[in-house]
Amino acid sequence: MNVPDNLRYAETHEWIKVEGDTGTVGITDHAQNELTDIVFVDPPKIGAAVTAGQAAAVVESVKAASDIYSPVDGEVVEINDALSGNPSLVNTSPYDGGWLFKVRLSNPSQAAALKSPEDYRAQIG
Amino acid sequence: METVHHTILFDLQKSAGARCINFGGWEMPVQFTSIIDEHQAVRTSCGVFDISHMGEVFVSGSEALDWLQHMLANDLAKCPVNGAQYTFLLNERGGVIDDLIVYRLAEDNFLLLVNAAKIEEDVAWLEKHLGEGVTLENRSDTMSALAVQGPQAARIYRELFGAEMPARNQVTALHRCSALVLAATTGYTGEPGFELFFPNALAADLWQSVLNAGAKPCGLGARDTLRLEMCYPLNGSDLSPERTPLEAGLGVFVALDKPGFIGREALLAQKESGLPALLVALRMTEKGPPPRAHYPVLVEGQPVGETTSGALSPSLNEGIGMAYLPPALAKPSQAVQIDIRGRHFAAVVEKKPFYRPSSYRAA
Repeated sequence: MNVPDNLRYAETHEWIKVEGDTGTVGITDHAQNELTDIVFVDPPKIGAAVTAGQAAAVVESVKAASDIYSPVDGEVVEINDALSGNPSLVNTSPYDGGWLFKVRLSNPSQAAALKSPEDYRAQIG
Repeated sequence: METVHHTILFDLQKSAGARCINFGGWEMPVQFTSIIDEHQAVRTSCGVFDISHMGEVFVSGSEALDWLQHMLANDLAKCPVNGAQYTFLLNERGGVIDDLIVYRLAEDNFLLLVNAAKIEEDVAWLEKHLGEGVTLENRSDTMSALAVQGPQAARIYRELFGAEMPARNQVTALHRCSALVLAATTGYTGEPGFELFFPNALAADLWQSVLNAGAKPCGLGARDTLRLEMCYPLNGSDLSPERTPLEAGLGVFVALDKPGFIGREALLAQKESGLPALLVALRMTEKGPPPRAHYPVLVEGQPVGETTSGALSPSLNEGIGMAYLPPALAKPSQAVQIDIRGRHFAAVVEKKPFYRPSSYRAA
């Protein structure tokens, strides 16, 4: 499974890429592979407050609806509109075209406390 | 903790990449590669499902037919030898204990194929009512089963057994490695196909032979989307001890003209007084998340029921589901809304089934 070196990871299989005070959030290659056949993404609302470890979005595969947890505290500033027409981008491009939402971090140091690529690789075995 | 059961094929399937879930106490493959791929394989080519979790209960003896006529809702006298019949075990209130297929192996010898999660309850119910001249034998633990389904199933049947696949709803006794294999042209997908029931020792060999003949291994995920497109009910979701087959829209499988079967009085009374609800097919008419079980169903903002099953239909690429609605609303083209995480999405009552396999369209 692909675990890029430039991202931080949550134990619940989300990734975050921090640039300045903004973080882009998605689910990992491992997570999309486990879910398979993603058919719908229910994004958070722009402007919504999200809390680390709390459900922020829902990703639906054929078999189940899965909560996606925000890795950090902050405010949603953008969502990936491309997913409403093409949710399978989460499967085909989990780290690029399949990102879920962007959040303005209320505490930018929070991301550093997430898992490193090495730790996440160890977690998923 | 509850014991988790595994079929004989579990290790083989796990090493072939199966992702597993707990289904009624059984850890079973939900998918091998992708539910959508497996679904399409069954609709266009052929797929194979391990259904060894299901229960095989044999009923025989001089009084077997009369006793089963008392225990089951459909008219078994209309099922010829080597035939199969869909039927119900009902409680005294007319509620569904289980839905099952009866295979008539001889005049006085029957195989009951029952749901995995209901084996113990069914057998206990049957034993409680057991009469003279009837022998009941639960072989669920020593038998395995495969369902081979799809337009290519007839070719695979020919390759495996050197014989033509019989017409729908037939059961044939075949031999393989000097063991008895029951081959039945039944299934839960709507496609042509067959199901095999055999001793556990044959499982690995038959599974591999079916794969070698070109069938795609399929899990319970595709089994669920395939059956839902056909509006075949799943007991425990769409059927329950609190709902009758009449409410489920399955009255055609209940022989009310047959005297003295368990639940008949309650069904007659319900027919007289009017059904409290009817199980309908719902199709989403606006873009939204696929429906799942237990979502509220509303009409003009007022709750009128809840979904019992739901999925994205891989054949239609639309959300589909079933729900019990008041009879006045249970009419095709009735507009409803489905409440998904607090938002209301438009759906409509559809005529059943959602999907008609090509084998039916041609007929």
